[in-house]
Amino acid sequence: MILQANSVTKKFGDFTALNKVSIHVPENSIFGLLGPNGAGKTTLIRIINQITGPDEGEVIFDGKKLNPDHISMIGYLPEERGLYKKMKVGEQALYLAQLKGLSHHDARLRLKKWFEKFEIQEWWDKKVEELSKGMQQKVQFIVTVVHEPKLLIFDEPFSGFDPINVNLLRDEILELRKNGSTIIFSTHNMASVEELCDNIALINKSVKILDGPVKEIKRQYFTNSYQVQYRDFNGTPFQLNEPDFEILNSTVEDEIRTVTFRLPSSKGPNDLLSAILPYVNVIAFNELIPSMNDIFISTVNAVNGNQIPEA
Amino acid sequence: MNKIFLIIQREYLTKVKKKSFIVMTILGPILMASLFILPVYLASRQDDKQLVNVLDETGLFFYKFENNENYTFVPVISSLKEAKETLAKQGEYMLLHIPATQLNIPDNGVIYSDKQPTLNLKGYISGVMSKELEKQKLAAEIRNEILRNTPGYTAGNDTTAVDLMSETILKNIKTDVKITTYKTGSGGEEQKSFTEMTMVVGYFGSIMIYMFIFLFGAQVMRGVIEEKTSRIIEVIISSVKPFQLMMGKIIGVAMVGLTQFLLWIAFTFIIITAVQTAFPQQFKKTHTEQAQITGKSVALPNETAPAAPNSITADTGNDDMNEIFEAFSSINLPVMIVSFLFYFLFGYLLYAALFAAIGAAVDNETDTQQFMLPITVPLIFSLVVAQTVIQNPESPLAFWLSMIPLTSPVIMMVRIPFGVPTWEILLSGGILVIGFFGTTWLAAKIYRTGILMYGKKSSYRELWKWIWYKG
Repeated sequence: MILQANSVTKKFGDFTALNKVSIHVPENSIFGLLGPNGAGKTTLIRIINQITGPDEGEVIFDGKKLNPDHISMIGYLPEERGLYKKMKVGEQALYLAQLKGLSHHDARLRLKKWFEKFEIQEWWDKKVEELSKGMQQKVQFIVTVVHEPKLLIFDEPFSGFDPINVNLLRDEILELRKNGSTIIFSTHNMASVEELCDNIALINKSVKILDGPVKEIKRQYFTNSYQVQYRDFNGTPFQLNEPDFEILNSTVEDEIRTVTFRLPSSKGPNDLLSAILPYVNVIAFNELIPSMNDIFISTVNAVNGNQIPEA
Repeated sequence: MNKIFLIIQREYLTKVKKKSFIVMTILGPILMASLFILPVYLASRQDDKQLVNVLDETGLFFYKFENNENYTFVPVISSLKEAKETLAKQGEYMLLHIPATQLNIPDNGVIYSDKQPTLNLKGYISGVMSKELEKQKLAAEIRNEILRNTPGYTAGNDTTAVDLMSETILKNIKTDVKITTYKTGSGGEEQKSFTEMTMVVGYFGSIMIYMFIFLFGAQVMRGVIEEKTSRIIEVIISSVKPFQLMMGKIIGVAMVGLTQFLLWIAFTFIIITAVQTAFPQQFKKTHTEQAQITGKSVALPNETAPAAPNSITADTGNDDMNEIFEAFSSINLPVMIVSFLFYFLFGYLLYAALFAAIGAAVDNETDTQQFMLPITVPLIFSLVVAQTVIQNPESPLAFWLSMIPLTSPVIMMVRIPFGVPTWEILLSGGILVIGFFGTTWLAAKIYRTGILMYGKKSSYRELWKWIWYKG
């Protein structure tokens, strides 16, 4: 466990930004911090970065209570990010790397390596304002990782990148994990959560409402539903003498009918197949796995629906 | 600490490398040098002679004044009242009245004129008068010495008295002559006018402080706004404490300001010296000569010859610069310089923290107006009141304003050339330092919260809340 937040509470005046939130981030994994806008994710990230301190609770980093020595072990790419526009790229990268505790010499060596890797050596003496937004993001990424931190925090890292650079960045993030870093990853992009994250925590209205490994969460939300497609030339709806198999949906398009079934927990996919095979020619059959997007929306809605709306 | 140093270094280097800094550094001295050179140039072209009527009731001084191409001294033998009437009739005349005294050394001169007498003339008159008085005093001292050494001289218990007297005289040999100026209006009313260099020096000092606070305080504010709008702020404060960033910025900008200030002074001197060497006729009396003169008057008691050559020559006429140097020597220079640097620095630090807080509270420069008021009002107020304080540097108003840290840097600078009791300077300085810690503490709280706030229009109530947020 590289990072552990134990019932962290943070208030701004009368507003509670975080209410007894606990998270556990295992070492060498990618951790997704999810939640709607204004849920308190950024506040939690700022506490981990020691930009603000918690009112209650504590944060344990690598077995020790979070302290200023940890600053150089954490790399942070905020959602709202930027660089000094009038400063030269290289100078600026050196400055930011030195603020993270690297010596001037080390910072220069490592930056040169990264600039070569991203093939942007010729930007070194350019002013930041001469670069495009995407180029600036690359520089920003480099200064976040250059001091080789144990823990990396990316807040919406893919915003502002074109698809090619999104791939590049994703590969870099995966490589960072391979090399032993832990990554906390805050995003609204559920597809990337599914693709990258090992564990998640979902925060809504300052309270954590869901957490755990992505696989387990998906299993929790498993509904035993299946989708069947068959050719239907005369457009007659499907009739089945099995009351256990609930039909959720049935549509026809280009003479292909798609039907969604939900099965009772006692039945499996083979039961469904053997029941329908005598009647139709099945051309496709697949299990409906809940996406993180569905889980996100249904969980947040369920919680908000049960709560008395705030005044 | 290492991180603060990095921040200071970045602030300093990026600002010093800017074009605007280089342009200002070059233009500033040209402007300042022309302020010194232009009057000299203009004076050298002026050729109308001024008549000075001298009513010397002591009879000691008149023949010491020498005519030159600018001034002609004319003796007057009448009562003061008559002399003034003549002056009123003839207009262009200036009247110098040296009243006779019964007990004291006659060290007072009064100038009546409808025009402002030049510093030049006043400097010349007081120079001649003090020289003469010093001569007289020295002669008296030597007389005493001779008397004491005369074998037949028996003064009984008086010997010690004479000794004491000669000592006091020696101490007093350096004489300050006061020249007061009355401007005679058209209605014959007399108004006291001020050409005292002390005022000029004090006022110049406070204007410098005022400008420095505004120029460089605003730079701190703009720097904070830049970091906020470019959104680099969050990247940086994940590496350093907001307080470190704020102080680093404030100190960095202060060093930029000091660099510019020192470069200005250096360049100004270079330009003036260059012009002086290029046109030596216009600057006849160099100030090395001036130094010799002062050196002599100090060294007088040790010299055998009582009368030093009267080296204040008549052709001082054109040199305004030397006059300024001369006037400077009448002020307690070490106190002046130390307190100037002190008020310059801490005045800036006090306000810069507030400027930083404003920068943090807004999203862009146009929003700063509402918060600028509490900062600009005390500053502008103190500069306006400074003119009143000059007239009456000992008034309760002057005293209290030089204690309040928001106004003390400007007001105290005006007062110091007139001589302020040490305890007052120390108290005011102490309050200023405490004020600096106070505003910095307050500003740091606002800054810490403000730099991460976007999109919200901040109000004073909002800022008040921020101060009480826990870290």
